[in-house]
Amino acid sequence: MEKVVLYRRKLISKVMLFLSFIAAIYGLFWLFWILGTLFLSGFKHLTLSLFIEDPGPPGIEEGGLRHAFIGHAIITFIASVIGVPIGIFSGIYYSEYGRDSKFFKVLRNITDVMVSTPSIIMGAVMYALLVVPFKHFNALAGCLALAMLMVPVISKTTEEMLKLVPFTLREAAYALGAFKWQLIKDVVLRSAKIGILTGVLLGMARISGETAPLLFTAFNNHYLSFDVFKPMASLTVTIFDYAMSPYEFWHNQAWAASFCLALFVLILSIFAKTLVHSNFGWVKIFKRKKGQRN
Amino acid sequence: MEDKKVEIEVKNLNFYYGKDLALKNISMKVYHNKVTALIGPSGCGKTTFLRCLNRMHDLYVGNRYEGEIIFEGKNILDKNIDLIELRSKIGMVFQKPTPFPMSIFDNVAYGLKLKEIKGSELKDRVEAALKDAALWDEVKDRLKESAFSLSGGQQQRLCIARAIAVEPKVLLFDEPTSALDPISTAKIEDLIVELKKKITIVIVTHNMQQAARTSDYTAFMYLGELIEVGPTEKIFTNPDKKLTEDYITGRFG
Amino acid sequence: MGKSFSYLIEILTKYFLGFWAVFTGLLFPFVVFLILLYESKLAIQNFGLINFLMSTKWDPVRESFGALPMIVGTLISTFIAILLAAPISIGIAIFITELAPSWLKGIFTTAIELLAAIPSIIYGMWGFLVFAKYMREDIEPALQKIFSPFPILSQLFSGNPTGIDVLTTSVVLSIMIIPFMSSVVKDAFNLVPSVMKESAYGLGATKWEVVKDVVIPYTASGIAGGLILSTGRALGETMAVTFLAGNVPQIPKSLLEPFTTITVALANQFTEADTPLYLSSLFYLSLFLFVISFGVLILAKLMILRIEKRWKK
Repeated sequence: MEKVVLYRRKLISKVMLFLSFIAAIYGLFWLFWILGTLFLSGFKHLTLSLFIEDPGPPGIEEGGLRHAFIGHAIITFIASVIGVPIGIFSGIYYSEYGRDSKFFKVLRNITDVMVSTPSIIMGAVMYALLVVPFKHFNALAGCLALAMLMVPVISKTTEEMLKLVPFTLREAAYALGAFKWQLIKDVVLRSAKIGILTGVLLGMARISGETAPLLFTAFNNHYLSFDVFKPMASLTVTIFDYAMSPYEFWHNQAWAASFCLALFVLILSIFAKTLVHSNFGWVKIFKRKKGQRN
Repeated sequence: MEDKKVEIEVKNLNFYYGKDLALKNISMKVYHNKVTALIGPSGCGKTTFLRCLNRMHDLYVGNRYEGEIIFEGKNILDKNIDLIELRSKIGMVFQKPTPFPMSIFDNVAYGLKLKEIKGSELKDRVEAALKDAALWDEVKDRLKESAFSLSGGQQQRLCIARAIAVEPKVLLFDEPTSALDPISTAKIEDLIVELKKKITIVIVTHNMQQAARTSDYTAFMYLGELIEVGPTEKIFTNPDKKLTEDYITGRFG
Repeated sequence: MGKSFSYLIEILTKYFLGFWAVFTGLLFPFVVFLILLYESKLAIQNFGLINFLMSTKWDPVRESFGALPMIVGTLISTFIAILLAAPISIGIAIFITELAPSWLKGIFTTAIELLAAIPSIIYGMWGFLVFAKYMREDIEPALQKIFSPFPILSQLFSGNPTGIDVLTTSVVLSIMIIPFMSSVVKDAFNLVPSVMKESAYGLGATKWEVVKDVVIPYTASGIAGGLILSTGRALGETMAVTFLAGNVPQIPKSLLEPFTTITVALANQFTEADTPLYLSSLFYLSLFLFVISFGVLILAKLMILRIEKRWKK
């Protein structure tokens, strides 16, 4: 009897664990299908003219997406220039000044919530703030929408990275008579710089894949433009327009552009992750060597 | 001493965490219905050794055993040993109380329910286990309450009750009182002495007085090796090895 | 003089950083709320709250705007997506934390992170250009055949399979949130102290019994938090949904009908809104989306904080 019960329990366990294995396979199935399609359809249609030519007229199979690549780079860059410092500043405050304050604890949690706020909301807000007054779509509104999306992300990662800096390090600096700003500048930021860089890269990866906030801010443009007060093309909005269009050629270009975009985002994320790991790996090796010497 | 029944016999046990050899060539006997204490400075491998006895190390990858541990005539380090069955015969109580997120009753009943014991038998055995763990009088009116409502000492006795409810042959204690106050500690020590009437006990302890008070046999370990094992009285009054004497008298560690 | 200069910097630094902290955590969300509220003023005056929420008519020509089709569409697609994603995500988390050998753990964690990093527009495009065809030609007809004998279920799958409908949208949405959800659940599982699991193993429990009786009950509020957090994400997801919903402002009677959601309406119509009332109604929709997702995310945050508090003592 006892043997039967034991056998049944083990069987149930095996079945349930097998189901969890199936769940994992199910997840991988989609990953391979999506990445596979992206790679096959995208890579196949990669051409040099995609990067160096501007688009031809609708329905004519020529031209590239140079304007969108450049526009995307400009928008992402300006957004980062605005969003990164604000995020880092507030992250520093959360970690170094507001750690024990109830008020800032609430703000930290709100910031955390803002990380997941629908990105299209930022587009709507910037539409009201910058598109309506100017009376036309402009790239600056898109940059600001992306910047505002980035701020909470950078703020949270900065705060988390600074919290990893051991408290004894701060105490050591205080014991030498340092001011708090000196301590932050010379000790805390210096120890956490790779962590902060990681956060910045992840934040950039996040915004460079965004479409929704650009739809009605930077809008789109069929020509190369450097003017941030005019509509500007971005890769994501162009992919959206092209994929929805009836032209096969445009679909192919959308795949190729998606491939480049995904590659960029994935490389950025992977690079950021390895930075963190190598950083901690480095700390570990350092510590072990020190230990051995003693 | 010769006529004592051997419950577990460890022969030439080596244990590796990955590549690191943590236990070196340990051989000893654990006697039936006696308390065996494992003492030694921290990092000496006593907890590692304890966790070999019910193969807790198997939950993590990269761990490796060599040698033999004979229990019920079989080498429990064998590949085809059923770990589920083994662990219901060799139970364990941990350093900190580990009540499950259930009621007091369900905590004690957990192991029994796994074995599909139901109804009045379940109730009787839970009650018996709580009585054996000297907790019954304190909780009999609040069996449905959450186990988290108990004090730390009570929680630890609850965990002991939970472990003895499945009627194991051997119970392993890993520093069971290190997180408790002196009064709770005394209660648990009394309990251990009481329990050995029915169960073989192996206890890891930091506290030498605890080893002296509760155990019949004491094993002294140092740097992954078993230095000396024998009747507690002898180890504490007249050890064979200089190292043991130094440790007992507090000259190091 | 050097000293007083340092003191000055000390104070300036504090207030400068403090301003940006207050900006990020309080001012910015509050300003977002105010702007949306201000811009919705016209629509609020015209339709009020109940009327706007309960009216099913979204008619730009007659300037009659009711949000019910969008709200229902958002809720239905999110609900189905969570329903599909939750068991899979919990399964994946169990697989990664309890089952996979350590080398596979790393690979799987990375794979999930990759899946989460892919921009949502790519999910949408893939769904639109690739997946919708399979739905239309194979999966949806097959589902109709399977469920045709059952009265209520057959209603759910009635209609002409087009691939641009509630079902396809929800499936793609579920694929999008699986990586996110499983990594939240996985993190919660990792918070269970190993000694807790060991004490169940010590009683002779099987692996599944440990998961079922110790890991899942301990992390219940974390899992719930993860589910709600994913709900928040799914509510606000735009691009994956915009490709596949069909943007028809109707309350779908079957899973195979086109529909719309708040985000789909915003993405498609913001550039078309030609009258102040139309635009204001879209802002009103945005306000709803913001308030709902903010509320949902706060709830999730509180639940996750609870489990962390329990274990990080």
